[in-house]
Amino acid sequence: MTSFPLLSALIWLPILSGVLVLMMKNQPTMAKQFSLWSSIGVFVLSLGLYTGFDATTAQMQFVEQASWIPAFNIQYFLGIDGLSMPLIILTTFTTVLAVWSAFECIEDRVEQYMAAFLMMNGIMVAVFSALDAILFYVFWEALLIPMFLVIGQWGGPKRVYATIKFFLYTFFGSVFMLVAFLYMYSQIGSFSLLDFQAMPLSFVAQFWIFLAFLIAFAVKIPMFPVHTWLPDAHVEAPTAGSVVLAAIMLKMGGYGFVRFSLPMTPDAANYLDWLVISLSLIAIVYIAFVALAQTDMKKLIAYSSIAHMGFVTLGMFLLYGILANTGETQGAILGLEGAMIQMISHGLISAAMFLGIGVMYDRLHTREISAYGGVVNTMPVFAVFMLIFAMANAGLPGTSGFVGEFMVILAAFKANFWIALAAATTLIFGAAYTLWMIKRVIFGDVSNHHVAEMKDLSRREFMIMLILAIGIIGLGFYPAPVMDVMHTSVEHLVQQAMTSKLP
Amino acid sequence: MDMMLHVLAPELLLLATSMALLVGDTFWAKRYPALTFQLALVSLLMIVGVILASFSTESVQAFNGAFIRDGVADILKVSMLLMTIFAFVFAREYLVVRGIERGEYYVMGMISLLGMMVLASAYDMLSLFMGLEVMSLALYAMIGMHKDSSVAIESAMKYFVLGAMATGLLLYGMSLIYGVVGSLRLDLIYQAVSIAEPSLVLNMGLVFIIVGLAFKFGIAPFHMWVPDVYHGSPTGITLFLAAAPKVAAFALMFRLLIEGLESSVVEWQGLLIILAVLSLLVGNIVAIAQTNLKRMLAYSTISHMGFVVLGFVTGNIDGYAAAMFYVIIYGLMSVGAFGVILALSRKGFEADNIADLAGLGRRNPVMALVMLVLLLSMAGVPPLVGFYAKLVILTNLVEVGMVSLAVFAVVMSIIGAFYYLRVIKAMYFDAPVAECVDAGFATLSLRYGLMTVAALVLVLGILPNGLLTLFAQVMTY
Repeated sequence: MTSFPLLSALIWLPILSGVLVLMMKNQPTMAKQFSLWSSIGVFVLSLGLYTGFDATTAQMQFVEQASWIPAFNIQYFLGIDGLSMPLIILTTFTTVLAVWSAFECIEDRVEQYMAAFLMMNGIMVAVFSALDAILFYVFWEALLIPMFLVIGQWGGPKRVYATIKFFLYTFFGSVFMLVAFLYMYSQIGSFSLLDFQAMPLSFVAQFWIFLAFLIAFAVKIPMFPVHTWLPDAHVEAPTAGSVVLAAIMLKMGGYGFVRFSLPMTPDAANYLDWLVISLSLIAIVYIAFVALAQTDMKKLIAYSSIAHMGFVTLGMFLLYGILANTGETQGAILGLEGAMIQMISHGLISAAMFLGIGVMYDRLHTREISAYGGVVNTMPVFAVFMLIFAMANAGLPGTSGFVGEFMVILAAFKANFWIALAAATTLIFGAAYTLWMIKRVIFGDVSNHHVAEMKDLSRREFMIMLILAIGIIGLGFYPAPVMDVMHTSVEHLVQQAMTSKLP
Repeated sequence: MDMMLHVLAPELLLLATSMALLVGDTFWAKRYPALTFQLALVSLLMIVGVILASFSTESVQAFNGAFIRDGVADILKVSMLLMTIFAFVFAREYLVVRGIERGEYYVMGMISLLGMMVLASAYDMLSLFMGLEVMSLALYAMIGMHKDSSVAIESAMKYFVLGAMATGLLLYGMSLIYGVVGSLRLDLIYQAVSIAEPSLVLNMGLVFIIVGLAFKFGIAPFHMWVPDVYHGSPTGITLFLAAAPKVAAFALMFRLLIEGLESSVVEWQGLLIILAVLSLLVGNIVAIAQTNLKRMLAYSTISHMGFVVLGFVTGNIDGYAAAMFYVIIYGLMSVGAFGVILALSRKGFEADNIADLAGLGRRNPVMALVMLVLLLSMAGVPPLVGFYAKLVILTNLVEVGMVSLAVFAVVMSIIGAFYYLRVIKAMYFDAPVAECVDAGFATLSLRYGLMTVAALVLVLGILPNGLLTLFAQVMTY
């Protein structure tokens, strides 16, 4: 089993099945079934990463290394540690739900739609497991193509504007990252991320590289003020597109910080941590107010995603403040672990919220909050699930949403009281915008005859919701399985982030 | 030294077959209209075979050093031959439908190709100039072939006048250099310049040569003719014009600046930086405003040539290899993109507006996919080969410490991405327009040819190593 190239299989199997699905023209049923079962197969296969994972080491595991473009010393170099493994499983898991959720609402060019999601699955796994900068960049950019087409072809009325904005924003961010890669390559003649992490760098170089990374990842996460593509993309994207976008693609930015920024440019990160922290706090506080004002459900959840991702970046960059204050690494580890948990949890919660909104949209074909009201009367089962997801989104203890936020706030107290206070307001605002939306949509009297005609969940929808609810509550009560696998890697990361790389 | 005619075997073969076809066509044109086309293809393929069979990285000289055959020349020639073959195959039906398909098209194309091949192998300013003129004169004639179209005549005229001016400037520069050095042979010029005192005359000559080169390349600020000529020429000829002659322009620049005047690198480097920056600016920004696909591709050519020049700017061998890779990849993509326009046009309908592609994703998924691959590759999105073309240029720029130039280039390619996306948007997101029903006359050969180009772009994108290594190898020799 050790020699089986599991990561390659997880990358190329979905891509190949995507190509196969693409050929099933005019056979929508077959395309759907095939896509579902192949994505389930990939998910089951990806569990092999969990069972075969050695949580006691921060070394890269499941490593595959081969020369790819020797002319530039570019390698086909894959491997995972505790930071990337949970994200890969989240990816394969979310893809199953995304594919399954599209069974009824997509009627046009089904095979292309399904193929796009399968291919994205493989590409995203590759992004999380690539250990060569160019390999990483290739997949990072390649992901834009299917997403661009998905939003543009199956999206809402303003889809073209939204998808071009999405493409250009992310493309804009990542080219600077490419130049940073090339600079580091010119210094050491290797594109291996491990070599990048080990190489010494002058402060000026680190400073610019950090900024280049920051642009790339901030656009992806997205952080204030480059977040404006996200609400547009989310609102216009089809449900499954929103799910993948929110649950996984945003995580690529957070992953970038822990894989690139912190270990590669620790001194610049130390110097500029105030910048990231301030932007995170703006995201948490200001964006929460923006979310409060939304009348479109998807837009509201999109803004809430930005606020939640603010927690992720906050947790990641608290460590220097904590070290300066307390001099010990415990708090730093807490913050980073909180950020990682928050990523996983937000993946589940945002997927759940978008799927829930998708369920309503399929029935009424509108996302305006004002078009709903009293859904609980006609869809009681759905209302229960929606309430669970909303509570998780608001960070209620017992749900996964609480764990990450709580850990980050706790860590923030060790860094600075005021930061912690600002961050903690999210528990109020988050509850406010989420629950207010739930009140207006779910509760109350049946507001109009459209709502009166809504049918409750189908078996398929029920299963999707149930799986997500189990995941969210399970992670909320017992996050240990996820935390255990990442603990050693986070410790290692904190060591790296504290070690100066100045020559 | 004897004449060593075997070194010129490919060129002589091409000369002989094109002359034979020129004469032969007058006999069989009426009875077998397709024969010239078929024979032209066969002979081009044969020449590719001859070059590949005798390929070597060693360099051999002939005609007392006026002609050289080395790895660089061979690679350039093979790529020019392949682009010409693609162009002939793609363009034929288009020309037939418009009633302008004559044997002369292929013969002219072959003669122009002959000029390019001489250019690729020229090792003496005289042979260089001869190759350039053979290439250009045939091109002028090709553009003017559609004599009922006033636009085509106009663009032939423009191309001729500006081309003649560029030739004049180039020639003047060459004569100044000759005045300083006293020799026409590039290797002797190289030796003489490397020990010569910096002199005003030499620098004047250099400036004139670079301006002439810039005209031929179509880089800003000497780019004005490019959009008009691309737009005005019948698409079947634009296709030819946009691919192989760019490779020839690379050859010209490589032979003159690198083989001849590399020791003045400090002088020409600055000039080239200005040209590259302007090309990237003009090409990418003006392209946004275009509604005509051919004009848009013309501006995109300008920006691509800016990238090629950036390869020269590095002033080292890896950079030149990167530029060669870029120009050849560009030629391939360009042949494909114009080929798609050809495949969609039909009699009385040129399909050369971006709006004409509306809804192509539904009307003709295969062509749309081909165009998608080509456009994204031009935009430099991985995993397509256009990304590696940009990557190797940028890598070399960063390696010589020109990070800010690299940043500028990537920012420009973001702007570039926008107008490629506009075309993709028309193809996939816009509703089909009523009048453009189905693809025009996409014949099987055109269809499969285009699919081959797209497949090449994808496969080379996933496995670019072979070509990159080969190019670096022939350059270092």
